[in-house]
This record gives sequence, C-alpha cells and structure tokens, in this order.
Amino acid sequence: MYDVVVIGAGIAGTFIARELSRYDLKIAIVEKTNDVANSTTMANSAIIHAGYDAPANKKKGYFNAKGNALYDQVCEELDVPFKRIGSLVVAFSEEDKITLQKLYDNGVEVGVPDMEILNQEQVLAMEPNLNQEILGALHAPSGGVISPWEMAIALAENAMENGAELFLNKEVKDMKKDDDKFTLYFEDGTMEAKYVINCAGLYSDKINNMVAAPLFEIKPRRGQYYILDKSEGNLVSKVIFQCPSEKGKGILVSPTVHGNLLVGPDSEPINNRDDISTSRDALDMIRETALLTCKNIPYGKVIRSFSGVRSTADYGDFIIGESPEVKGLINIGGFESPGLSSAPAVANYVVDLMKQITGGLTEKADFNPRRRPFIRFEELPEDEKAELVRKDPKYGRVICRCEVITEGEIVDAIHRKAGATTVKGVKKRTRAGMGRCQGGFCSPRVVEILARELKCDVKDIKLDGPSSYILSDRTKNVEE
Amino acid sequence: MSVKSLTCIACPVGCQLEVTINGEDITVSGNACNRGPEYAVNELTNPTRVLTTTVAIKDGFLNRLPVNTNMEIPKGLLFEAMEIINKTLVVAPVKVRDVIIKDILGTGADVLASRSMSKK
Amino acid sequence: MRDYEIVVVGGGPAGLAAAIEAKKNGASSILILERDRELGGILQQCIHNGFGLHIFKEQLTGPEYAERFIVEMQEMGIDYMVDTMVLEVGDDKRIHAMNPKEGYFIVQAKAVILSMGCRERTRGAISIPGYRPAGVFTAGTAQRYTNMEGYMPGKKVFILGSGDIGLIMARRMVLEGAEVIGVAEVLPFSGGLKRNIVQCLDDYNIPLYLSHTITEIRGRERLEGITVAKVDENRRPIIGTEKYYECDTLLLSVGLIPENELSRQAGIKINPTTSGPLVNESMETSIEGIFACGNVVHVHDLVDFVTEESRRAGLNAARYVKGELKAEGHSVDTQAGPGIVYIVPSKIRVDNIESSLDLFMRVNNVYHNAKLQLISGGQVFKEYKKKHLAPGEMEKIRLSKKQLQELGNDLQIKVVVEEVV
Repeated sequence: MYDVVVIGAGIAGTFIARELSRYDLKIAIVEKTNDVANSTTMANSAIIHAGYDAPANKKKGYFNAKGNALYDQVCEELDVPFKRIGSLVVAFSEEDKITLQKLYDNGVEVGVPDMEILNQEQVLAMEPNLNQEILGALHAPSGGVISPWEMAIALAENAMENGAELFLNKEVKDMKKDDDKFTLYFEDGTMEAKYVINCAGLYSDKINNMVAAPLFEIKPRRGQYYILDKSEGNLVSKVIFQCPSEKGKGILVSPTVHGNLLVGPDSEPINNRDDISTSRDALDMIRETALLTCKNIPYGKVIRSFSGVRSTADYGDFIIGESPEVKGLINIGGFESPGLSSAPAVANYVVDLMKQITGGLTEKADFNPRRRPFIRFEELPEDEKAELVRKDPKYGRVICRCEVITEGEIVDAIHRKAGATTVKGVKKRTRAGMGRCQGGFCSPRVVEILARELKCDVKDIKLDGPSSYILSDRTKNVEE
Repeated sequence: MSVKSLTCIACPVGCQLEVTINGEDITVSGNACNRGPEYAVNELTNPTRVLTTTVAIKDGFLNRLPVNTNMEIPKGLLFEAMEIINKTLVVAPVKVRDVIIKDILGTGADVLASRSMSKK
Repeated sequence: MRDYEIVVVGGGPAGLAAAIEAKKNGASSILILERDRELGGILQQCIHNGFGLHIFKEQLTGPEYAERFIVEMQEMGIDYMVDTMVLEVGDDKRIHAMNPKEGYFIVQAKAVILSMGCRERTRGAISIPGYRPAGVFTAGTAQRYTNMEGYMPGKKVFILGSGDIGLIMARRMVLEGAEVIGVAEVLPFSGGLKRNIVQCLDDYNIPLYLSHTITEIRGRERLEGITVAKVDENRRPIIGTEKYYECDTLLLSVGLIPENELSRQAGIKINPTTSGPLVNESMETSIEGIFACGNVVHVHDLVDFVTEESRRAGLNAARYVKGELKAEGHSVDTQAGPGIVYIVPSKIRVDNIESSLDLFMRVNNVYHNAKLQLISGGQVFKEYKKKHLAPGEMEKIRLSKKQLQELGNDLQIKVVVEEVV
C-alpha cells in the first residue's frame, strides 16, 4: 500500500511528487504514457510567466507570481536550464495602453516585482527588431524561459532518488474508494493508496469522476507553434507578448532557453484531447499575427512546427484542493497556463494540505535536493571538455552535430533514473535531434545506442509511444 | 498497330518520343537527334537495366554490402534476381569487384561487390 | 597542438578530391577530418550507379567512386581521422576537433579546405500540417537505414519531392519489397534527372504527381496516411482537390542545404542564395587561406562536378601555402542576371587562372531553345545556345584564360528566352 499515488507525470505530478519525497512517505507516480512529461508539459510556450495577467482574485493569480519566485532555487538544485530574460507586453493602440496599465495594477496586487511601463523609445532601445509602430510596453523582468520537460524529468529523477517509484505505461482504468483506502485499477493489476493526487492534466476530470461527482470538465484548447533555427534566437531578447485577449495571452515571440526562436500559439477549442496535429490555417494565422510584433521574422528558418493541448477547465480557474466529497483525493485540474509557472507554489501548497490532512508529515533526514549534474558537453570550457573525453571516450563522439550532443550524454540520459527509452526520450533529455536537421543525421545513431544500452533489437526502438515503431523490418531474408 | 510514348534518356534533354509499332516496323518521332530511335527500339524490344542493391554480410563493418550487376540484365528479370540476391549471405572481408553471384539467372551477368568491406 | 599545411574538414568526395589534388601540387602535410565512421561521405549510401561518367568514363556506384579516391588518398600518404568532429574553425586557421581516441585537440593549419557537404531539408522546414508520427523520414535517412544498416523504414511508401534522392529511393524501396504508391512534386516540373524519372518511377509504374503537395499527415504514433492536393501557381493547395492515401512511410526529398555552421562561426561570408560561402576562382572564401568546395558551397547534381571543383580548391590551397596565389590584379565580379539563380565563383582574379576556368550556375526555370548570354562592360561577350535548360541540371561554362583577360571588371550571365515551357 502506498501512502500517496500521484496520477500523471507532467509538471504538476512531478513537482508534487518531488516535494512530497522530502517526507517519510511511500510514493508512487503512475503515468499512462511511456515517458515523463509527454503531453501538455512537452508542448507549450515554455515560459515562466511573471504573473501580472493572472487575476488576483483567482487561484491563478494566487499561485503564479509565487511559483515564479521559486524557480531559481529548484533549477539550481536540479541543474535545469532557466533564464530570467524578462517579458514585454507590447501595445499598438491607446486601448492596448489601457490594458497595459490594468496588467500593471493587477501585477502589483499579486506581487510581481520590478514591473515598469515603457514608452516607445524605451521599448525599441531594448528590442530594436520589434515593429517600430509599437507605442509602449509593460516590462516584467521576472518573466523567464525554461524547458518544461527537462524540469519535469529532473523532478521525477530527484523524486525517485529520494524514494518515490515511477510506473510508466500505467494508465488508471478505474479507481474505487472504500473506507480509508483507494484502489487503482490498471490493465495489469491494481495498486492501493491512502491518498491520491490527481495530476492527470487533460484527463483530470475523468480521474475525479471515477470516485466523485463531476466537479469540473476539461474543455481542451490546442495551441500551435513554430520553432526557428538557433541562428535566429537573438531576434528578440525577451518574451514578447501582444496584448492578451479572452482567448489567451496572445501570440508571443520569444527566445527559448536553448536559444531557438519560438513563435505562437493560437488557442483553439477542440473535441479530441489527444489531437496534437497542426493545421495550415492556424499556422498561417500565427505567422501573420506574429509579424505585427516583429516584421522581419525569418520564417525560412523554421525547423519545426508543433502543437500542444492545454487542459483548460470549464471552471475558469485552476482546481486545486481536496475533493469536497472524497477525502484523501487531491485534484489538480484545469492546470492550463500559468500552470507551469505556478507549479512550485502549488506543490508547496499540496504539501501543506497533506500535512493538514494527515495530521503532520515527518521530514526525511537524508532527503537530497540535488541530482547528479547533467553534463552538457557543448557548454563546458575547452579544458573540461578535454578532461571529460580522457575520462570517458564516449564524450569524444558527437552524435547530434546540430546541437553538438555526444554519445556520453545520450548514454547518461538513458541510464539515469526516469531515463530515456525512446528516440523522443533521448531528444527531450539531451536535445539530440532537436536541431536544424531534426534528427536526419543522428536518429539512426540514437536508435543504435538505445538498442545497445537497453539490450534490445534495433527494430524494437520506438520514436515515442508503443506503436511508433521506426523500422518495419530487416532487408533481405537470410539468417544473420 | 500500336502507339507508345516514352521519354528518351539518351541525354538530359529528355525528348518525348512517339513510337509507332506496325508488326516488325517501328517508327519513332519526337526525337531531336538520331540517338532517340535507337533508344526507343531497345526500350521496346529488349529493355535492360543494371541492378544495384545490397546483400547481407556477416561480420562486416556494415550490415549490408552494396552490389551491382556488371552489365545490364533484362528488365523483366530484376525481381527474380532480387530474390536470389536476398537469399545470399557473404562473409567479410570482401574486396571491391569480388564476384558475389556468378552468371545470375543465366544472363551472363555477374553480381559484384561495389565496395570493399573489412571485418567489424 | 599539431601543425599541418592543409586541413580538410570533411572526407566525402569533395574533401578527398581536394586533398589528393593538394598533395599532387606539392602540399607536404595534409590532414582530413571526417565525422562519420568511414571516409566517402554520402556516396557510401548512394549504392546506385551512374557516377563517374566524366571523370572515369564509366558508370560507377557511389561506394565504388568513393573507394577509388580513398585508395588513391591512402597511397599518397595523406593523414586522416574518422569519427572526428570539428567543433570550431578559427579565422586564424586553428581547428578544434575531437574523437573518442585522441580526445579534444587543436590543429594549426596554413590553409583550410571546408568540404562538409549538405543536409536535407526537413518536414519542419516546409511545415506540413498534421500529426508528427514515426514513419516520416528524409529520403537520405531512409537511404542510410536501407542500404547501410539493412533496415526497412516501412512497407507502404509515399514520397514528397522529386529530387534525385527521392526518385532513387522509390526504386530502392520497390526492389526491397515495399510498395511505393506515388511521388508528389510541388513544382510543375521535376528537379530530378530525366533518367531517374524513367528508370526509378516509370519502370515500376510509380505515378509522379506534378504541382501537388501534402496537406495533412495522419497517425498519432506511426504514420497512417497522407492527404495530397493539387497546388495553384503560388504553390498553395487548391481546395477540393485533396485525395487521401493510406501509407505507413513518407519520404521527403525536398531539397538540400549546404551545411555551413562552421563557416558562419568562422566569420566567412555566405551567399544567401546558395547558403554556401562566396568563393573566388580559387574556391577561396572571404577569409584568405580558407577554401571551400563541393556541396558546402552549392548543391551539385553530379559528383563529377564536385570532384572537378574540389580539385580546383585543392590545387589552389597548395598554391596558397606556397605563396603563389595572387590577391591583386585584374579581377572580375560575376553577377547572376535574369533567369540565373547564382554563379560560382562570384569573383575571378584572372591572374590566378592557369589555362581555363569553369563557371557553374543554375537557371530558375525550364527553358527550351534559349541562350546563355555573357555580358561584360555592357557588351555581349559571348552566347551559348541551349536546347534545354532546367533548374535541376547545373550548367557549366568554360572560359579560357585568354577569354577571361578580355573581360572588364564585371561579368553578367543571363538567360535569353525564345520559348518558355
């Protein structure tokens, strides 16, 4: 019997599991796909919002700025790249300027630090490539960019190092609550738990409904993006938003934490929660709209377009707390933007909640907040590179030439806790295949390394999910 | 009488040839030079191709060894030739132009290694 | 730190030909650095024949062509390292590289030859909408899997783009037992060689859909099918012409891009049209003593042209090391006029020409019965009648030293049209 089962290994589930792993609890994380951070956490704007646009009277407003402030420490502890590059909301009209003031006022109320409203000259001095017709902007220096999947993977790894267990390919088919215990049903068995934390994202309503009356419903919204080559990553230096509307925070143009340029997203209601396809209409609309921010976005340098689905709830806010009906069930629902930004604060809140529910948690004496540093070969100074290759020759072989990722980094990513088992898993952890050739050169090598390290046949290596085979067969029909 | 159209590949111009077959009598039009009719007659009476593919190799630096027929073989035999090649296993090392299969399908063409391959 | 007279970055056909030619012309120490596990570059996966008609006067397969150069290079005692990645080329000609055996090391060269080749354009670059499942490969990646590693990428294949690699792969997949259901090309003509269309598609009854593109990719995990639509003259899909094809594999042959990250890092000037370095008659880039050749400069269709161009780079790198290249004197800037996309080289220092110079260029459209017109100082200098011009077929014009000496300081080449097709 587990003390706590966390359902879902996205940013919410992994943050909560990691924070709970500080305490003397038997924790399981169950994830229906074959990797951590494989759904909404994998495909979003990757921004740690300052928090000025999350209404002060909502949970979003309560958690966003608080969560933002916690990122420096956790990223330092877990060696996850995070850059506080600041953000601008730009105004094109007098009406937009009123919006800026409203955002500023709300930001002050929720505790966003160091904001300022800039005039045209100040904006263009800060960001010379922006549309010269911009009238002003709200500058929030605390806004930042991160790689959300690297964050979640690091959290899962750290939680596991501190005793939590991760179960992949483990979809909760049903759940029952009797007396003081939950029973979770999977295709291949059951699991019992005293407490369940529902971080199931796009399916969080369904999980709640297994044991409780419907509390909220997920009305998924899809967002699409372009990623541009690293050569264009310095077109802007901050996250540049257009003024927010009812549909979302508006189209943004931003450097990513790894130096690419990100353009998007739209916000489109969809029926199928798993519909991560892109569409020409949406991509064309994004392309056009973003040109208002910056007239010279070099779309010829697009290396990928993608989409992600947000777990928007019909509730109008995050759902965070213990089920009013079923004791011991904590729901994290409707965790759309600014969910990523809020996650550390939400995790702390859940810990406090668990302390109340359980009557107190015991801290582990041996909790280790750090994980083994992640070697990023390209970032090392020359002498350290040389030293590393001397120690382990695998670091002397570059597999992904676009991102300069070595075999050593890939092997390490496979063998860590919550390690990579798929080509996409390697890409998420090391960036191999994320560059301008999109894995054209390195994917055969990555497949080969995965097969060798996981001791399986090359043909069994998947791109992502269990049906995403890469190679259908061997050529020839001889015994080899 | 039948009329067939085909693209001449004797040079990069790629003339669209119209070939009229009347029993033994073949006439070609659409050609810009006199290589066209020769190509068309060959294509229609006895089309041949060089086959390039791979064979499985044991202990080789790579999993597959590229091979090619050392002359053109009838186009109609390509798949039959593939069947034989697909059943063949060679063992490294191999030198370029080593004969892998002699006189494949009685065509007179040998299948040759198109590169050298050392042991793994 | 090691010292070499000439360091060649990339051991494909360009690098090999350049190194051999440099050695023949008196360079004493040459080092080739190759990132793959063996020399020969992409030729090792191009197992079809048709290579070498100009240089060897016979039809060789890619590996065979590569092997001839590899053997010659080894016999000449040129040093090389495989499995070695060049991380940086400095404008001071210091080259940072590493491999598992030697670790991280720096080589000081007197001259550098860049021959890194090119990479394939990806799905991302052309933003095909839909899902992002497994089963979508660039044609070259699929070629490597099939020909070198011995794995099939799938069983039912569609191909987007009628470039030569796509056409060649259509035939390969069929011969290996897959079904190829069609090839779509967004342009109204194919960029591939006629011979490949006949022998790779027509031979196997594979339909070629010109002026068509893919508008949707289906399949969440593995490719399940694609929607193909006709495009209008602006290459936009025409609504109502969509057709769905079930397939498990999509190969992309949608263009090649010279791989110039090292060149950019070194500060070499890049021609935005070719995405390759601007070079002069000696294949020297904007940085003195750094040369470039092959597909890193501009994408070729024939490896023989790569070899010829690379020999020029090798020869001149050797002359540079000996101090024989002249920076001054009569110089001619080339300019791509109407109908011409680009010309290599962009600058000709006539005094460095020994007997003649080949100008390579591409046209922007298919032309029949046209003329390539050379204009210098406002005067028509020379005209070449061309029965047939196509973007997929690189044009070569050879000018003798005497002709070059007659030129002014500029040379424009344009297509004079009599009939557009």
